[in-house]
Amino acid sequence: MRWGVIVFPGSCDEQDVYDALKRDMGQKVRFLWHKEDLTGHFDCLVLPGGFSYGDYLRCGAVARFSPVMGGVVEFARQGGLVLGICNGFQILCESGLLPGALVRNAGLQFVCQQVSLRVEETDTPFTCEAKKGQLLKIPIKHGEGCYYADPATLERLRKNRQVLLRYVDAKGKASPAANPNGSLDNIAGVCNETRNVFGLMPHPEDACNNLLGSEDGRKIFSSIAAACAQTERRHA
Amino acid sequence: MRVESMRVKIFVSLKNGVLDPQGKAIERSLHTFGYAEVQDVRMGKYLELNVEATSREAAESRIREMCEKLLANPVIESYRVEIEDGTP
Repeated sequence: MRWGVIVFPGSCDEQDVYDALKRDMGQKVRFLWHKEDLTGHFDCLVLPGGFSYGDYLRCGAVARFSPVMGGVVEFARQGGLVLGICNGFQILCESGLLPGALVRNAGLQFVCQQVSLRVEETDTPFTCEAKKGQLLKIPIKHGEGCYYADPATLERLRKNRQVLLRYVDAKGKASPAANPNGSLDNIAGVCNETRNVFGLMPHPEDACNNLLGSEDGRKIFSSIAAACAQTERRHA
Repeated sequence: MRVESMRVKIFVSLKNGVLDPQGKAIERSLHTFGYAEVQDVRMGKYLELNVEATSREAAESRIREMCEKLLANPVIESYRVEIEDGTP
């Protein structure tokens, strides 16, 4: 399968994603500059973390209008897999590809720490290799990761089981104390209704090698690879 | 048609129900300084710009479009627009 990592001016985790995929996971990856048209075949596009366009106005607000984003929206509409990590999640929300928004952390401070996440749903290409309720240790590093959606949207997310990851304590409980940024309902990651676009604040690319303290981030990438392999087999 | 230049003021604020930790921190600071009468501080954004249009209505409809598309995020923010008279 082929991965594309989109680089915006101000992205800063693209190299981490590239290294995790290529070196740790043995995947085929290519960078895509934000001014490029989306040409060639890709199975999954990753929008990495960072501070695209300086995060001016709102995080992700300007990146959404980058030339490449038209292609990303079209790719997603056709069922292509899109993964947004941190700033990438913010961009996907701003683009309307994912519901809700990410606002300033409730505690106002930038948080940089290892967190425990509970996998809530496994019938998605992003979590199919995980077990329901499985805990993943993956780091977060953000100042504006507080997930917000209005009550009607939140209800729809629950009904359609679009919340894929929640912040939990070591025992797997989604308690207020385990919530690092004030996100509604301890939400750490959501997918769209058609389950082919996924955004999360934690950084799986920084948890793919034991040298970094955890290999749990591999679950996300290996799920995507497995889902793509299955699709290829079906089409073969 | 005559095109005028107008000065536009745009106020973007967080919707009710959206957490505003900055507003809360400011409120606490004001209380610390003895301004106990202060409540419900909400922090927003303020933009000013010049726009050319043939009428106030035309300007307003363009500005609203800009707000919906870029200047505010309708999921979390509301906005208010004031257009000043172009005639000096």
